[in-house]
Amino acid sequence: MAVDEQLKSEMARQGIVVTSLQELYNWGRRSSVWPMNFGLACCAIEMIATTMARWDMARFGAEVFRPSPRQADLLIVSGTVTKKMAPQVVRLYNQMPEPRYVIAMGACAISGGPFKQGYNVLKGIDRYIPVDVHIPGCPPRPEALLQAFIELQKKIDAQPLTGEGRPRFLDVDAQGEFPVPEPGEHDLEPTSNKGVWTVPVVIK
Amino acid sequence: MKTVEEIKAAIEAAVPGAGVEVVHNPGPSGQHSLRLDPSHAVEVAKFLRSDAELAFDFLSNVTGVDWPDREVTEKVRVTRPVTRTVDGVEQTVEETVEETRKHVERGCLEVVFHLFSIEKKHGPLVLRMRTVNRTDQVELPSLTPVWRSAEFQEREIFDLYGVVFKGHPDLRRILMWEGFKDHPMRRDYVEPDDFDYEPTAHDEVLARAKAHQAALQAAAVGHEGTGAD
Repeated sequence: MAVDEQLKSEMARQGIVVTSLQELYNWGRRSSVWPMNFGLACCAIEMIATTMARWDMARFGAEVFRPSPRQADLLIVSGTVTKKMAPQVVRLYNQMPEPRYVIAMGACAISGGPFKQGYNVLKGIDRYIPVDVHIPGCPPRPEALLQAFIELQKKIDAQPLTGEGRPRFLDVDAQGEFPVPEPGEHDLEPTSNKGVWTVPVVIK
Repeated sequence: MKTVEEIKAAIEAAVPGAGVEVVHNPGPSGQHSLRLDPSHAVEVAKFLRSDAELAFDFLSNVTGVDWPDREVTEKVRVTRPVTRTVDGVEQTVEETVEETRKHVERGCLEVVFHLFSIEKKHGPLVLRMRTVNRTDQVELPSLTPVWRSAEFQEREIFDLYGVVFKGHPDLRRILMWEGFKDHPMRRDYVEPDDFDYEPTAHDEVLARAKAHQAALQAAAVGHEGTGAD
């Protein structure tokens, strides 16, 4: 049961804190998102810069980059995903425990970027795994990654624990493992996960 | 450094019947190269590396070139007898006409090596080798036993162009995965038809995207047709 915002702030002024389990739970989740220590290309350098003193991602609770997918909540796909690397990225994502989130960082990760027409580059990692936040840029500035991270925190904050729109790990029927594409004779097979990605409609 | 002609003479003196050819570069750089006969290439390479004066101890770069089959159209002047009626009298006259002839020049795969000498501080010397064709006779000798730095680059050429290097210690694909069938750097490579989402398509990509959409629509219509039956 959501508490009336006005009443809540009124009571806070009187020194009474009212919250709900959902709020508390999501506050805990969003305040300590552990990204995976994983970089693919030049965007990874910006990601590293974001974690260092000047931009300091630790301010948002994401200072602990885990070197293992088993301990990570957030996969930052930072860089060009080649077709040879794509199965490994999906596999890493599968190895992450729920709740897990994905930020596709930079032009390459969201669409293939300048290498989109190349024979070796995947046209966006969202073809295989669900992406929560896309950041354009080549590479995006650390501020952009921070903003994406704040957007992700807002998204986590808004997730209800029950009913429609609840996170995947609270949904028994939700898909937990994502099929890893196989390297085929000419391309990855399949070329996209139809359950995750449908061809976007271009409105001109 | 010696000129390519001098190097050619030195090679031919050291390796009899080496069959070295000078390929002139008409550009301002004047960087001429030597085309080696594949059957003597390893011997020639060993000579270039170990000769005291040349001492090409460093192979900096190996790359591939794809020369596809090309149709050559040339105009030839042909003289042939023609029967004509001149002033009511039939005569056979020799006439010269211009004729357009076409023939297909068979393509090949070429590998280019750039050599330097660290010891003598000279270079580059450009070596070239050509395969017989682009389909079944694509073997060339590997120069990895002579210059170790050729190993990965020859693998890359094997991967992207499909040149098979005989004598290479570990000839596997290096950039694309095992089981990949194509050679993406060849001029006739056709990338897989994944043009389903091209929001900013133009030129060639736009044509491919349109073809993809048309194929999808045709498939959908065909599917409906069978469904109605």
